[in-house]
Amino acid sequence: MTNSINELENDAKCVFLIGTNTTENHPVIGYKIRQNVLKNGAKLIVADPRRIELAELADVYLPFKPGTDVALFNGMMNVIINEGLADRKFIESRTEGYEAMAEVVEKYPPEVAAEICGVDAADIIKAARLYAESEASSVCYAMGLTQHTTGTDNVKSCCNLALLTGNLGKPGTGVNPLRGQNNVQGACDMGALPVVFTAYQAVTNDEARAKFEKAWGVTLSGVNGLTLTKTINKAYEGEVKGLIVVGENPMVSDPDLHHVEEALDKLDFLLVQDIFLTETAKKADVVLPGVSFAEKDGTFSNTERRVQRVRKAISNKGDARQDWEILCDLSTRLGYPMSYNSPEEIFEEIRTLTPSYAGMNYARLEGTGLPWPCPAEDHPGTPILHKEKFNRGLGLFHAIEYLEPAEVINEEYPIILTTGRSLYHYHTGTMTRKAKGLDEHMPENVIQINSALAKAKNIVDGEIVKVTTRRGSIKLKAEVIDGIRENVIFTYFHFAEAAANVLTNAEVLDPVAGIPEYKVSAARLEKL
Amino acid sequence: MDIKLTINGKEIEVPQGTMLLDACRKAGADIPTFCYDPDLKLAGSCRMCVVQPQGWRNLVASCVTPAQNGMVIDTESPDVVEARKVVLELMLTRHKLTCHTCEKDGDCNLQDYCYRYGVTESRFEGKIHNLFKDDSNPFIERDYDKCVMCTRCVRACEEITGARAINVMDRGYHAHIATAFDGELEDSPCVFCGQCIMVCPVGALTSKIAAGKGKPAQNEKVLTTCTYCGTGCTLELNVKNDEIVGVTSNRDAEWSPVNKGALCVKGRFGWDFVNSPERLTTPLIKENGEFRPASWDEALDLAAEKINGIKEKYGPDSLSMFSSARVTNEENYLAQKLMRAAIGSNNVDHCARL
Repeated sequence: MTNSINELENDAKCVFLIGTNTTENHPVIGYKIRQNVLKNGAKLIVADPRRIELAELADVYLPFKPGTDVALFNGMMNVIINEGLADRKFIESRTEGYEAMAEVVEKYPPEVAAEICGVDAADIIKAARLYAESEASSVCYAMGLTQHTTGTDNVKSCCNLALLTGNLGKPGTGVNPLRGQNNVQGACDMGALPVVFTAYQAVTNDEARAKFEKAWGVTLSGVNGLTLTKTINKAYEGEVKGLIVVGENPMVSDPDLHHVEEALDKLDFLLVQDIFLTETAKKADVVLPGVSFAEKDGTFSNTERRVQRVRKAISNKGDARQDWEILCDLSTRLGYPMSYNSPEEIFEEIRTLTPSYAGMNYARLEGTGLPWPCPAEDHPGTPILHKEKFNRGLGLFHAIEYLEPAEVINEEYPIILTTGRSLYHYHTGTMTRKAKGLDEHMPENVIQINSALAKAKNIVDGEIVKVTTRRGSIKLKAEVIDGIRENVIFTYFHFAEAAANVLTNAEVLDPVAGIPEYKVSAARLEKL
Repeated sequence: MDIKLTINGKEIEVPQGTMLLDACRKAGADIPTFCYDPDLKLAGSCRMCVVQPQGWRNLVASCVTPAQNGMVIDTESPDVVEARKVVLELMLTRHKLTCHTCEKDGDCNLQDYCYRYGVTESRFEGKIHNLFKDDSNPFIERDYDKCVMCTRCVRACEEITGARAINVMDRGYHAHIATAFDGELEDSPCVFCGQCIMVCPVGALTSKIAAGKGKPAQNEKVLTTCTYCGTGCTLELNVKNDEIVGVTSNRDAEWSPVNKGALCVKGRFGWDFVNSPERLTTPLIKENGEFRPASWDEALDLAAEKINGIKEKYGPDSLSMFSSARVTNEENYLAQKLMRAAIGSNNVDHCARL
């Protein structure tokens, strides 16, 4: 997030949610947005193919067609430009590339955008005015925006909208991705990515590499590595022979699970470090037992870049070992000795190599934690980014045309399938399916079907139906609802026994981010 | 502008608009409350916080009375003490006194105030309502035979979470907390965040997941960051005999900056996976398609031998690693360091895209 979570409750005058079911996936952030609307009268715009809880409070609800995000943004920006609602001063002093962007946006009057998105033009106009005219507008998104073959374009469009209206660098504004996992921000910050070291220092940058080579005392590769999705494909093709998995479960979380399974089966060696014998761990040659969050010390970085302490409450279970100790033991045996006395000692090393974390230490993190960048020990941390200038200097507009999703519906697969999470479960269910209350409350997967579609197919609520895509089929319980677009069906990916990712597409990824298009698969729905 | 007043003989200054309760507490007076909650709208209903302003005809509820310049306040005068005793006695007429088995034993306002004012029993006779709600949800126990009608749960439900699942039903002695049509929580807009448990001053609302495992007042509490979504909520893990037995809230913004104690159903009730009998407790090696337990040395040696073997035969880029968005920064740092420095490849990623 460019801005901080509590601004959504106190400072934002307008909140635009697109591709985030906030009350289910980031419940506490959802509470804050709701209170801002109820107590302070903040305006709310919700764009989602499903009528999510917060849509009930929205000033404008746009039930747009999955995968048409760019058209929606361009339509809104068209209105903003043509009605003179753009922030000219901000555009002139803080941005570049406006002309090229405006040229493309000119092609998307609200009527054209409305046709592509399957919503009313009047609602696009209303949303555009609310966002542009409010004193401070914040756009929040999650995987609903990013898990598309045009995911990068969608995010850039989000940035265009914020730049066009000067909604950056001030309280209550910003481009705010709500990240889905406790430490996904931290994993990225720490360089658990194939192209960067910590703090996004490129592995292809000679200076950065020299710095890490000096600190680590080895020669490092300057070739970008494989993304997760590419690793699976390369394993399938036999080029990746060995895989180490630390606390992940690709056998449930990755697209096209039949393909994932075949890829893992082809490996010469699979090592899994986890706290449960997950679907992925079952495929391993060696499994190493790590510890849960309750058993470890360390830090997590949340979606607003706040680094906070994790504190050990209980001992390791059985013969399990601290994950950092396992990594040290393995590295040492691989011929590169690593040895630390504590997570704090590791953090001290991180600081020396990570400019945005340089001013942090465990003592400073004790109470409220610190949002990065925090470059020095007397620096208070940075709740709001881009206040005076952007990292690159001027904010860059991108001229972006709408592109169709990779899979479009046809006669054989006439329905759009989209996937996501429930309030009651988390990711692949490794933890929540073993939490008694959560699993009792939501023990099985369902597929949400619009009541009109269900009626046409003679499907009643609660019956078992079959969903098929080009990758495979699953059978699961029908949940007939009104709050979803008529030709869209939705299911959860938490359930290994009715795994949504059997259905999803691994072949076509966003060309820049390599993200799979979980939000749009062409599907067929059958009564059994 | 500041005003001056005297509380229990002590002169203090407070900004105009300060409520008497806050002024009294600032002066060091210990004012008992049930319905007052600093983060919720004022109810002014329980009358436990009454104090005596000199020269006034009546006692006043300090939580809803603005402090005035020149006021002279007694917070423990005989009249105040008598009034509070009556409030407690009235509450006891419909409170099931089962402190010995109550989850809130040791952390209960009613218990503490009865102790403080020596109220052992009630001189009033009330009809026992049998308000215990046999609610089938797996998270929240609703024992309204212990409810003191402070309505903090109703206000927290509306003002923190915004679910608006519960409200006061009926009036007077028959008033009780209910969902619409007095049904079960599962059939209401309840999202099982448990903010109602967080604010309940007595044992009327408690966690079914933590029930019987350890009274929160007696548990050790370890402040940490939630393991689920990326919001980064702070929570307190409750520990007894080296086991996690519950989750409670820390409502101090200095320690809980993001959520101020508010949680969701996963954070508050989803912690028991930690104790699952399915947890891995020993390294495993697969032989002939079956896992067998192994020692750490054996498992690590085998893993290192296989990885180095692949590296020698096919080069470092034939190996890849998925680190994790669930583990700590320190662990992610070591994971990518291992892949880059020990193996020599940049093939390291995690599920940020999934």
